[in-house]
Amino acid sequence: MIEKTRFSIHPESTDNLKSHLYNAYQENPTQGKRTMPQQEIEVILARHLAEYLAMPIFIVNPAGDLIFYNEPAEAILGTRYTETGIMPATEWSTIFHPMDQERRPLPPDELPLMIALSKRHPAHKLFWIEGLDGVLREIEVTAFPLVGQADRFLGAIAIFWENPK
Amino acid sequence: MKVTFWGTRGSLASPGSDTARYGGNTSCVSVEGPEKTLLILDAGTGIRNLGQSLPASLSKVHILLTHLHMDHIQGLPFFTPLRSQGVEIHVWGPASTTLGLEARLQKYLSPPLFPVSVRELASEIHFHELPAHLIEIGEFVIKAQLIIHPNPTIGYRIQHASAAITYLPDHEPALGGRTFPSDKSWTSGYMLAEGSDLLIHDTQYTEEEYKARIGFGHSSIEHAFQFANLCDVKHFVPFHHDPTHNDDQLDRIFEATLKNLKPPYLVTPSREGMSLQVV
Repeated sequence: MIEKTRFSIHPESTDNLKSHLYNAYQENPTQGKRTMPQQEIEVILARHLAEYLAMPIFIVNPAGDLIFYNEPAEAILGTRYTETGIMPATEWSTIFHPMDQERRPLPPDELPLMIALSKRHPAHKLFWIEGLDGVLREIEVTAFPLVGQADRFLGAIAIFWENPK
Repeated sequence: MKVTFWGTRGSLASPGSDTARYGGNTSCVSVEGPEKTLLILDAGTGIRNLGQSLPASLSKVHILLTHLHMDHIQGLPFFTPLRSQGVEIHVWGPASTTLGLEARLQKYLSPPLFPVSVRELASEIHFHELPAHLIEIGEFVIKAQLIIHPNPTIGYRIQHASAAITYLPDHEPALGGRTFPSDKSWTSGYMLAEGSDLLIHDTQYTEEEYKARIGFGHSSIEHAFQFANLCDVKHFVPFHHDPTHNDDQLDRIFEATLKNLKPPYLVTPSREGMSLQVV
């Protein structure tokens, strides 16, 4: 089908990567059928680490979808990962009602995770959230972009630090 | 596609009368297409015999390296075509975050580890860094993707027409994964191996050995069979045998595993010199 000596390379572009992660299903070019996507290896390893850590951790893909959150983070969201699976940004970013110092709602694009995602540099912010129990909690969030081998942009990770005061 | 096993051993070459049947050479597999394009998967010590079997008229060959651990590159400078003028050799493999593929290989192919450098070899060598999304080489379409193993390591899915071979010689998909072996989306290597006609996969350790070697980057035999199950492969070839496992031990291990797990696919433990046709 192809002349014997020919070869060509198709680099994994950001667009390809995004489409790989955006879609619940994707076309596997070598398999010729639609299959469930497999997460990138760096993301799989990040999830494995998050599962063993005691700090609440969110992992989002380049589209901002929450693709994994660990058990401590389940307490913040008030939902279980096994029940929700992947959550779009519009859903997870408002579920815990983030607020600024004046208790005004914080727009999603001001959340550290969204900044890490859109600007691709680390972000840190102190803000308030309202838990499912109605209690206001002061938390700090550190977020950083996730860049894999060959500078592949894979999304971002956020770590939550609850202030005890 | 004709698949031939030139080296099936992991970690360290282990020649001797007690390893003669499964073989003592380290990882090297050739894949020849119907249009005679030749792919070589890894350049362990098995590549020396492969090089000697090739015709003098050979003008081009592609070597696909999964990673640069010694058992996968040690045979490279002993591959006869590398020292032949007029042969075009394409070496594919992973860069690191700071060094290109050629520079990484130079660490081995230079004194004091080896007396001859890449520049001194007679053949025309081209280096290609992976992972790329897809590669077309001759009649093959190849997907290269990172998999779980220390240092950047690539797995390959090689497809011709509707037949697919997946090569994951060093792979620990169970590492840290609480959902293994049930969640396809979160299993390393799944996209490469899904529905493969032939899966060549790491089976380095017994279950007992694995408990003491978690994180070394290799699979227990049971995990490898579970991975093959998850990926719904048609034919499974256990590979990368531990150097401490002799022929009789491997016979017993695979016999017991087959009896215990009763896999729904064909299983052929890899042996040096073995050839399989995949159509």
